Amino acid sequence: MRRIISKIDEITGNIITLKADGVGLGELAAVESHGRSTLGQVIRTKNDNVTLQVFGGTKGISTDDRVRFLGRPMQVKYGPSMLGRIFNGAGVPIDDGPEPVEESIAVGGPSFNPANRIIPTQMIRTNIPMIDVFNSLVVSQKLPIFSVPGEPYNQLLARVGMQAEADIIILGGMGLKFDDFIFFRRTFDESGVMNRVIMFIHLASDPVVECLLVPDMALAVAEQFAVAGKRVLVLLTDLTNFSDSLKEISISMEQIPSNRGYPGDLYSQLAARYEKAVDIEGLGSITILAVTTMPGDDVTHPVPDNTGYITEGQFYLRNGVIDPFGSLSRLKQNVVSKVTRKDHNDIMNTMIRLYSDCRQSRNKVAMGFKTSKWDETLLAYGNDFERELMDLNVNMPIETALDQCWTILARHFEPWQTGLKNDLTNQYWPKSGAAEGAA
Amino acid sequence: MTTMGKVVAAYGNMVTVQFDKEVRQNEVAFIQPADGGSLKSEVIRVNGDQCNVQVFEDTVGVRVGDQVTFTGNLLSVELGPGLLQQIYDGLQNPLPELSKQVGLFLKRGVYANSLDRRVDWEFTPIAKPGQVVKAGNVLGAVPEGKFAHKIFVPFNFVGAATIKTMASKGKFKVDQVVCEAEDERGQAVNFTLMQVWPIKVALKAYKERLLPTEPLVTGARIVDSFFPVAKGGTACIPGPFGSGKTVLQQLISRYADADIIIVAACGERAGEVVETLREFPHLEDPYTGRTLMERTVIICNTSSMPVAAREASIYTAVTIGEYYRQMGLDILILADSTSRWAQALREMSGRLEEIPGEEAFPAYLQSRIAEFYERAGAVRLFDGNQGALSIIGTVSPAGGNFEEPVTQGTLAVVGSFLGLTWARSNARRFPAIDPLISWSKYLDQMKVKLNQTDPEWTNKIKKAQRLLYEGNEIKKRMDVVGEEGVSIPDFSLFLKAEFLDAVYLQQNAFDAVDAANTIERQFDTFGLVGEVLAKEFTFESKDQARESFMKLQSLFRNMNSSPFQGEAHVRFKDEIRRALEV
Ligand SMILES: Nc1ncnc2c1ncn2[C@@H]1O[C@H](COP(=O)(O)OP(=O)(O)OP(=O)(O)O)[C@@H](O)[C@H]1O
Ligand SMILES: [Mg+2]
Repeated sequence: MRRIISKIDEITGNIITLKADGVGLGELAAVESHGRSTLGQVIRTKNDNVTLQVFGGTKGISTDDRVRFLGRPMQVKYGPSMLGRIFNGAGVPIDDGPEPVEESIAVGGPSFNPANRIIPTQMIRTNIPMIDVFNSLVVSQKLPIFSVPGEPYNQLLARVGMQAEADIIILGGMGLKFDDFIFFRRTFDESGVMNRVIMFIHLASDPVVECLLVPDMALAVAEQFAVAGKRVLVLLTDLTNFSDSLKEISISMEQIPSNRGYPGDLYSQLAARYEKAVDIEGLGSITILAVTTMPGDDVTHPVPDNTGYITEGQFYLRNGVIDPFGSLSRLKQNVVSKVTRKDHNDIMNTMIRLYSDCRQSRNKVAMGFKTSKWDETLLAYGNDFERELMDLNVNMPIETALDQCWTILARHFEPWQTGLKNDLTNQYWPKSGAAEGAA
Repeated sequence: MTTMGKVVAAYGNMVTVQFDKEVRQNEVAFIQPADGGSLKSEVIRVNGDQCNVQVFEDTVGVRVGDQVTFTGNLLSVELGPGLLQQIYDGLQNPLPELSKQVGLFLKRGVYANSLDRRVDWEFTPIAKPGQVVKAGNVLGAVPEGKFAHKIFVPFNFVGAATIKTMASKGKFKVDQVVCEAEDERGQAVNFTLMQVWPIKVALKAYKERLLPTEPLVTGARIVDSFFPVAKGGTACIPGPFGSGKTVLQQLISRYADADIIIVAACGERAGEVVETLREFPHLEDPYTGRTLMERTVIICNTSSMPVAAREASIYTAVTIGEYYRQMGLDILILADSTSRWAQALREMSGRLEEIPGEEAFPAYLQSRIAEFYERAGAVRLFDGNQGALSIIGTVSPAGGNFEEPVTQGTLAVVGSFLGLTWARSNARRFPAIDPLISWSKYLDQMKVKLNQTDPEWTNKIKKAQRLLYEGNEIKKRMDVVGEEGVSIPDFSLFLKAEFLDAVYLQQNAFDAVDAANTIERQFDTFGLVGEVLAKEFTFESKDQARESFMKLQSLFRNMNSSPFQGEAHVRFKDEIRRALEV
């Protein structure tokens, strides 16, 4: 049913209310105001009152603007011609290219049947040692990057996108700064992956709540490609902006907030998106890497907190590096030393344990306590570990990175000091290592 | 005549319906949106000629004016042979069956029979013609795996019935009549192998509730020895994200000595259920040698599945548990996570515009939590047998702060509190149950049973707990004044506490042997640990003290990962004894 209403009764926040009948929940409407058209979605009906959330915001909307119901919920185009294309938060092309001609698909479709899931066992190589060696990313994983604002999280995301083994990369930007948008586009262009990339970009200058559609569009397209057998990597930045938009809407709806103004269903809202990550037996997969900026570096803030309860681990980005403490890939057990080299598990644990000891030695130094010879060894080791592995500029395949771990160990320690099992040190301890260590 | 209605308002998964005749609180209604399908819903509030229903499905496309049919039946589950090994959603739809019908993804409005109508069960009659029976009386039995699945007169049958004919031994499908009877008014009634029961009503067909005094062995040393759970008791596992709640529950689901385990994945990750689902059919039940799947029911309403069905899922689980308890079995329900269920209540309460309590949870949160855990219990049945239903639920407190309403509401009603902290999980001290904050009232309640093998057992455990506190006090002091600020005896006391933690409280979930301990093994290991704790060490220096405990620790860890009473186990025990003699 397509009806045009030209009387709006109520305008509050990003919400308008008007009288209409035969309108379904979730249905879209075009709100036409002074030559400008923005999408609205029905979020509540009561008798003949219909409440819409207006994605373009209500600024300048007049009570006599035209509201045209489209008779369908939100959709997005899907097909191979989407590749290499850039769309805005409403799904409209912003790259001067033509409107895609392909079929439209619904967004926010039903869940993957849990009974059809399989245990994921494929690692995604990123060539970033802090990921590949210490917190391996696994196909179908959903993993956020917890970051203080100002950290190079978009750089990290772009690099993973560029280097990861994926057939298709879908970038969903929410509240993305213009510079970051250009950065992503240039990175993907220059590295020659743009023909496998689809971007849904909501810019920081766009109406705030328009970003709410971005993850759903990105994931709906990803899902279709995955069913068609493609390995899809979805990059989302920044879900804190998404959550803040949810907060705005819920406050306009006069919902009682549960925690610091966020709605009680924040968990379900985020989970509905993250749970789209899947490995489909015999077909493709969706892996989700997302950015969650943590206001005030506070992990108990509702957005990172709810996210942590949903995702399969997290990467902490601090001081420009992926912090090995707190960062965790919960799926790494599935691949470490099972599909990777057999020394992977032990070397990973040993390196981290020694690095943790090094941090304690650093504390001693900071407190002005006396340091032992062992402390000195650990301090030197820690510096090399940071420079040769942790630095985000380091770029090497996992095999090289594992070799590098052995080299660093041999430079500073005797095999027995590392606690590594003999069968491993016999096989992997560099022969020249002792000489280098003594030097 | 059935009651009909029309949608007058819709908001999220809450729909307001104007109805024509009568409705019951908690009855099931179906909404028929214009674009087809039929959406299952539950009446949750009635006001004049309107009622609010929560819809167990996505409500996109629901319009004012859509038709609603009321069923007159409360939200119920099917009970009968064939529940075991099933993987259900929160409303008891078998997920593998849905997958056969509609493919990779779930589909709104598609429902399937909970019990397979095609399977033949070998029925053996027990009741005889002429016998007068009441609700809960046994009519016969069918073998289901290793259990004799009893077939009862439906628990909701009112009054008495006289059996006219009884089927003879043979194969029957769940919906076939095995008993024809006549009720008190002379009406004919038929009984089949299955029945239905409303999930929000506790099934209490037993003579009396008993005080739980029998330990439920989980295999986790810190739980069984320090903070035990009773058969028929309740426990909660609160902890921040990533602290190890799910891993602990998965371990318990493998190793607990219950007859039947019901895993309720309530609003958590779908990926976590997959391991259970894919591996249990191949893993051996440590108590019977059959597959683990044969004693398992999975209720799986994960975080992206409809929220109202999530709310129902834990009731579905507990109802199936109560049903098997009627057969005199020990049932364990593992609910992960009850916070997601509480959040579902909160979402609905918000849409109903009820006056909110703390953190916007409804004021009745506490009583709902209590009602749920109260459905656990050890009972004496009418036939004199005993059954038990235990519940272990995880809680996911916002920000990891235990002062929030769900944790507090749960702590007020459970018998054992296994609190997980980041401090321990970040230090990789798994299972990350913090022994300084956790408690179990069952340690005293089960004293008689626990002290059967060793009359001093509970005293020893309490003494060890005190040691942990003392060790922690010394540690706090050292954090301020450094190691050099404490005496050598204090330092070795601290090391003893650390030692107890390292070799007994911590347990390696990924070591095939260490992952779970029988109670005999726990007695054995703790005996040896006790010798170390009791020994008066005289150390020259702190370094020497540290080294001695490091060596002992290494020996104990090796012992822990050696098969019980095997050659290596005996050898490490000997080595430990020798180390203690010097
Ligand atoms: N007993 C254990 N031994 C070793 N590692 C463990 C253990 N328990 C948990 N872990 C580690 O911690 C991770 C998180 O554990 P788990 O999934 O049980 O956390 P959780 O408390 O259920 O978190 P959430 O609330 O987010 O669901 C695991 O993936 C594993 O790496
Ligand atoms: Mg969990």
